[in-house]
Amino acid sequence: MTATHVEDHVHDQPMSEVALRSVAIEALLADKGLLTADQVQQQVNLMDGRTPADGARVVARAWTDAAFKARLLADSRSALAEMGISIPAETPHLAVVENTDDLHHLVVCTLCSCYPRMLLGRPPDWYKSLAYRARAVSDPRGVMAEFGTTLPTDTRVDVLDSTADMRYLVLPCRPAGTEGMSEEELAGLVTRDSMIGVTRLSD
Amino acid sequence: MPAAHDRGGWPDDTPIDRTEHEYSDWERRVDAVHQVLAAQGIRTTDEMRRAIESLPPEQYESLSYYEKWTAALEILLIEKGILTAAEIDAKAAELRQRGL
Amino acid sequence: MTTISSETVRYPDGAAVRVRVGAPAHHFRTPAYIQGHTGVVDALCGTYPNPESLAHGGDGLPRQPLYRVRLRQTDLWPDYAGNPDDTLLVDVYQHWLEPA
Repeated sequence: MTATHVEDHVHDQPMSEVALRSVAIEALLADKGLLTADQVQQQVNLMDGRTPADGARVVARAWTDAAFKARLLADSRSALAEMGISIPAETPHLAVVENTDDLHHLVVCTLCSCYPRMLLGRPPDWYKSLAYRARAVSDPRGVMAEFGTTLPTDTRVDVLDSTADMRYLVLPCRPAGTEGMSEEELAGLVTRDSMIGVTRLSD
Repeated sequence: MPAAHDRGGWPDDTPIDRTEHEYSDWERRVDAVHQVLAAQGIRTTDEMRRAIESLPPEQYESLSYYEKWTAALEILLIEKGILTAAEIDAKAAELRQRGL
Repeated sequence: MTTISSETVRYPDGAAVRVRVGAPAHHFRTPAYIQGHTGVVDALCGTYPNPESLAHGGDGLPRQPLYRVRLRQTDLWPDYAGNPDDTLLVDVYQHWLEPA
């Protein structure tokens, strides 16, 4: 780590002990030639560039192109490649699950924080919280209610606990009254939370 | 009794805190350091999860997300003989002196 | 599809399976709340290096088939309040499953 990068971390508030240790570890790894500050910054930039807008583009394409949707649900890797989005060759893999009037999906990772970062970026704090991880599996409707979503009782809820090599993206229902909208306008309607499944777009 | 990380279905009456914070520089960078080391084959995601799960339950529940990532990074790098705790202590002290 | 370094895929879609019960000392990815419960194979997700090996510096071989298993919420939680048809889908490696 160069002096310049250390100075970048100097703020009015002293860093917490743990934060300081993270900077120390990065500096030592750089001293030993195991990484460079530029490599780390490139990775930061890559993750900063991944946002729910990526997932929203995919959802809007699926809404407007039935053949694309079929490919996306059957084999997300090749379908996303068409849009210039790459899924790792080995792991994690991604599956897209489709909501309908009768079926709603909710995604959680009870063991850690598995999340479709390739399409949504870094997860929100609540997704990683102990309360969400505890309750999303045992009380999905109660969790959704806290996000303002009340599902009809006869709508089935499928909770996806992504414990392993799969990541899940929810394909929300297309809101009514959007028939005339362009793909770009539709993408603007799609929220991150609807792609996790804690909300619906029609509410 | 499941391990502290195995949270599914734990009795929990607390509402979900939906406050979101903007990730600070050090959080973004420790996330990135993990990915860079993974790309070089120095550590795997599963090793990182195992290291986080090895934290004492009270730390697991009290540390923030990226504090846990930092703790896991330290555990793995020491275990692999890449860094020592004394080196990290010394570097952290030096950085503190420089105003961090 | 199997290779010599992969366990043979044993369960077809729709197979009834029971999740094994266990808490080995090493890292594993089978949550406690599904252990001992019976479900149905929804789909094979692929065959992946075994995280129980990867987490401890191993090569992950033989690779393990990973299944998405569907369990009924009312089986998992005795006082489940939602629709009785609500289900939970969870990814489980083959060596954590047995025929039910």
